[in-house]
Parts: sequence; C-alpha cells; structure tokens
Amino acid sequence: MNLTGGQMVCESLIREGVDVIFGLPGGAILPLYQTLPEYPQLRHILVRHEQGAAHAADGYARVTGRPGVAWATSGPGATNLVTGIASAQMDSVPMVVITGQVSRAAIGSDAFQETDTTGITLPITKHNYLIMDPAEIPQAIHEAFHIANSGRPGPVLVDIPKDVFQEKGVFEYPNKIDLPGYKPTLGGHASQIKKAAKLISESQRPVILAGHGIIFSEAYDELKELAEKAQIPVITTLLGISSFPDDHLLCVGMPGMHGMAYASLAIEEADLLIALGMRFDDRITGKRSAFALGSRKIHIDIDPSEIGKNIPVDVPIVGDLKSVLTKLNKHIEPATHVGWLQRIEDLKSKHPSMNIRDTDKLLPQYIIQQLSEATDGNAYVVTGVGQHQMWAAQHYVYKEPRSFVTSGGSGAMGYEVPGAMGVQVGKPDKVVWSVAGDGGFQMTMAELATMVENNIPVKFAIINNNYLGMVRQWQEFFYQKNYVATSYTHNPDFVKLAEAFGMLGIRVTDKTQVRSAIEKAMDYDGPALIDFVVEEEENVFPMIPAGQTIHDLIEEPAPEKAMRQ
Amino acid sequence: MNMNKISTRTISALVQDKPGVLNRVSSMFRRRGFNIASLAVGHSEMPNLSRMTFVVEGGDQVVEQVTKHLHKLIDVIKVSDISEDNVVSRELALIRVKSNVQNRSEIMQVVDIFRANIVDVAPESLIIEVTGDGNKIESLQDLLKGFGILEVMRTGTIAMNRGLESRQDNDNSRRQTASWGEASSV
Repeated sequence: MNLTGGQMVCESLIREGVDVIFGLPGGAILPLYQTLPEYPQLRHILVRHEQGAAHAADGYARVTGRPGVAWATSGPGATNLVTGIASAQMDSVPMVVITGQVSRAAIGSDAFQETDTTGITLPITKHNYLIMDPAEIPQAIHEAFHIANSGRPGPVLVDIPKDVFQEKGVFEYPNKIDLPGYKPTLGGHASQIKKAAKLISESQRPVILAGHGIIFSEAYDELKELAEKAQIPVITTLLGISSFPDDHLLCVGMPGMHGMAYASLAIEEADLLIALGMRFDDRITGKRSAFALGSRKIHIDIDPSEIGKNIPVDVPIVGDLKSVLTKLNKHIEPATHVGWLQRIEDLKSKHPSMNIRDTDKLLPQYIIQQLSEATDGNAYVVTGVGQHQMWAAQHYVYKEPRSFVTSGGSGAMGYEVPGAMGVQVGKPDKVVWSVAGDGGFQMTMAELATMVENNIPVKFAIINNNYLGMVRQWQEFFYQKNYVATSYTHNPDFVKLAEAFGMLGIRVTDKTQVRSAIEKAMDYDGPALIDFVVEEEENVFPMIPAGQTIHDLIEEPAPEKAMRQ
Repeated sequence: MNMNKISTRTISALVQDKPGVLNRVSSMFRRRGFNIASLAVGHSEMPNLSRMTFVVEGGDQVVEQVTKHLHKLIDVIKVSDISEDNVVSRELALIRVKSNVQNRSEIMQVVDIFRANIVDVAPESLIIEVTGDGNKIESLQDLLKGFGILEVMRTGTIAMNRGLESRQDNDNSRRQTASWGEASSV
C-alpha cells in the first residue's frame, strides 16, 4: 500500500486500537491533520492549549489502561506538551505523543517554530524517535505503543518532520517487535519469591505498601488475596489509592508527609515491609536514613533500577506484580496477626487523623466527605496539586480501582482540568469529579471550552481559599507566616466564568448548601462547576515536614511546635 | 559491607549504533549525578552495534544504579560490570613534551622504559605515544613533568576480558544481579 506519511500515522494508530486523540494543529503537523477526515474512526478532540492535550491523554490512560494519544505541532506546540509528558513520565503513565517537526532540510537551521523536541523530551520520556523517512513510521509507532505500555509504562514521543508527513512510501504494518535492548523481566525469580514467602511467614508485624504498580498490573485480586490470607494490613501510597478498597477492614490508608498518622506509625513499628510497585518516594520516607529502621524489606517492582535506589532491600524481586503475586500467594500460609491488627486499631483510635472538627465553617475536608457520601465512593476523582489534593486523598472513600487520578510525582498544578477531561472521555458512563484548587484551576481552565464544545460532563469542585494554599501553609509553618506571593486578592467570579463558558455554575459559601449543590451539579446534563468558598487558612494535617521523620509528626494545629524547625 | 566505599569501576555497554545514543547515555549520567572518569566509544565486532567503556567513580550502590539505569535505556543492549574480572584494560595517550637537542636522549630513555614511542620530533618539542592502564600513563606523565609537558590527550579506558570464552563469560553482571533480582532491562 502506497501512502503518505500522514496517512501512515493514522493507519498505524488505528491498528494500535486508538479511538481518541487530543491535539491542536499548527504548520508542521498540518499535513497529518489534512488526512484526518479520511479516518472517521479516529476521534480528535481539539484542545485550547497543548498542555491540556498531554494531561488529557494522561488521564485517559490512567483510567482505561490504554496508552493515551496527544499530538501537537513543532516548536511551541511541542514545548507546551512538556509539562504533561514530564508528569506522565514521573507517574509511569503510558502515552504516545506525536509532534510535527520542521522539514528535514530545515532541521538544525533554527527555522520558524523549530525546537529540538527529541532533545528536550529525552530525559522525560521512556523513549523517543525522530523519523527521517516515511517508511520508518509504522515500525516506530508500533514500537512506541509497545514500549509505552509494557514493562514500567511511560510516555514515548515520535517527532515527524512536515515533509515526512507529505512524502509517500510503502505502508507495511510490522507484526513483531525487534528491540534487543528492551526485554522487561516479568515472571519474578522463583527462589526470591520463596525467600519473600519465608520472610512473610516469619514476620509478626508485616505491612503491605501498595503503589501505582498494582493498578498498572491490575493485580487487585492478587493483592487482596495476599492481604486476606496472611491478614496483613495494607497501606496505599498516593498513587496506590484505589488499588485496595478504602472500606476494607485491612486498609490502613496513606502514609507519609500528609498521610494518616497511624499509617506512618504502622510502618515505623512494622517488622516487615512488603513494598509492591512503589518507589519509596521522599514524600513517603521523609529522612531516608531514619525510615522504617526496625523492619526488613521485600520490594517487588518491574523496574530493577527502583530496587535499592532509595532504601536498602532484603528481598528484591523484579517482575510484573500480577504474575509475581500469583506465585507468591501459593507459598503464603494463612496467618492471623491478631496482636498486630489490634495494635493498628489502637493507633487508629489514639491518632484519629481523619476526624473533621465540628464547626459551622465551610471546611474543605467536609466538602470531600460529602462528595464521597453523595457519590457512594463510586465517582472518579481527579485532582490538582496542593491542599485540596491531600484532602481528596484523605477524605474520599475510594472503592473502585483507578478511581483516584492525580499528578503525584511531578506535582503538576493544573492537571485537574484537562486530566479530568481525559478521564471522562475514557470513562464516558462514569461520574467524574474534578477536585480543583483555585490556583491550579486557573492554570488550565481554558479546557472548559473544550468540554462544553464536546459535551464532556465533568463536575468541578473548586476548593477556593483565595490562596495557593499549600505554599501558604508552608509559609505559615516554616517561614513565620510571611505570606509572600500566595494570596489571590482578586480571583475571578468562578460562577460567572462557568456561565461564560456555557456551563452550570454554583457558589457555595455555607456548610448547609454543600450536599444540595453536589446533587444539583450531578443532575445537570453537561459540565458543571461549584465554587466552594472555604476557610482561607485551613491547614492539611497530619504533616511530617520535608526531610524529617515520624517523630517530627505534626498531628493538629500547633504551629509553635512546627516552627521550631 | 561498606556500600559507600569510593572506588573506580569499569563498565562496558553494547549499544545500538543510532543517532543520539551517546546523548541518551551521557544525559542519563548527568541527570542522575553519576561521575564518569572516562568514556570511550567505538564500533564493535557486530554491524550496527557499538561498545562503550565507562570508568565510573562511586561505591557499590552507585555502580549498581549506573548499571541498572544503563539497562533501562532502550538502545542499550547489554551492560557488564567488568571491574572484578580478569580484564585487559588499556588507554592511549599522546603527550607533547618540551625537548631540545641536549635532553632528547634522556627523554628517549624514559620512553624506552615505558615501552612508549616517539611519534613526532620538532626542534623544540616531541610527541610521545603511550598505551597502558591509567597508572602507567600517569607515572610516565610524572616523569616527563621535569622536561615540561605542553599538551596531554588521553582516549579514556577500553577494557576486555582475558581468555577465549571472554564474550560469553563476561556476563558477570548477570551473576551479580542475582543478588538484586535477575534484572535485565525495563
């Protein structure tokens, strides 16, 4: 089949099962756009800013498990994608990104809208390609999807010059992958698995740390089997939330900087940590040299470079969690750990981190709790980054796998708007709530227009404190309330803004209005927004200050204690 | 076990001979803060594959991470830590030394002892070519300092296992990886 490069891209995407692309056109990618009408099965969603396209593809991938696809033109189009690509790389999200490039002859000449896209994205992609011949397109795209969604997933970028889109070549879709340097280890080493089982049977106080890897591997049942069989409490990392039901008796919640105090204490008191698809991020460990010194560690991860990177490990296992846990579970003997589970219950009652104080004021925590109740824990919740993200992680009871979506490692504010768009496109039949901060929301709110245009009915809960709240909290605790550049003294009227975009807008200033506003937004056919005007200086607790230990835990409002730092 | 003992280690990597591979490798070293003491790249015996030899400074934990992160690059096919093996390692250096008729023979004696060669002679200087491991080259440099060294250029170390079964046998990294989980690549 003789096709142009642009046609080859579309044909290849169809063969990879792509049904939706988030993008925005420009000169270098125009020849690809002009072929789109020939392929009606490829739904293109025209965004307002390329960052939106990247985050939307990321959100789509996180909830469907299929690589999200975003594309943009050369130069600024490509650089606008960068934040979204970096976020996907940090959180191991499978994505295929296509960028237009200036024509081959112009590469290196500082041509109009030329940027070294492969150079810029080299450290923030799993792999990338610069295509110099249309005949390379099918192989590159086939490899890109394979690399993006196997092993430890991640974004792959394919940069294609304008004249390569235009030139004709023979289209032959490859049916095999030949990547001698890329052979992920999946099965796990049999003798290591036995060693792990032995450590588990010897331990008196084991805990499981479940991370994002459980979700990518869809090892929910295997995790549950391990936990239930040996009665091991399960702690979920920020990105591991929803990999294990929050309402399960063995669920101990999230650990770390803003995690539940009892979860962090359980890690400290444990004699065995079973780390599954997580990477001992500094938000979890705090000061690494003082982290969980009393325990041995089993670390199961598909990426060998994560093992021993931050924390020394006793039994490392490289492999896919579903496969490794299936094998491990066969060696696990039933246990009860009655004393240990009782100890955790004691910790929970001594450190009731998740209690919401009784007040008439409109507290963000209360809003999240009401949202959880109103949706029965079955909505997909997408957040930005900051205080509202932590409250959404703490106070919503997640029941369905993949239902908590957030930019974790990269911490990209603004994810909440386009990220939620991608989630809703991936899960059209689900209720999607974007829990947004007033700061992050304004970074990417242009995508509201995209959602109205395409009838993508995301519901927004803006936790509006007129501050960059998390930064303000740090200023309060660690910089003597020296509030520099964190106050938004003139935020827009978010309700009018919603109306201007053609959405439903509701303002809530009082506790009693919360539930009815949530119901009203959900009953509305189309995207809707609630502006929750909350307590301005509410803080996220508990908190372990950066680089410190569980002994430095701040459990509740007592800034004097925090300020000794 | 002293994990943080600083030492130099030799790592060899077989890589795809594609544009940008050196950039991918060096960018990874830079980004992760690994120190390269020397780096040598050249074609291997196989078409389209190159071999890179790194001398890396750092303790066991650093070297382990370097090896794993090299593996992680899609274009890197095989990584071997050959520091502990029975290896031949060589470096080539060109050293331009100040020289005149009076001291030329004295320099030639030093060059002979080191089994080095004089490859260029000019009225005021000469160029010495020397191969060997890093220590040998540095010793020669020390001896030549007295005459006045004008310029030094070194290739960086390349290394190879001794013995016939070298290529199959130098899979030492795999033997070592057994302790951290039979890692191949991701």
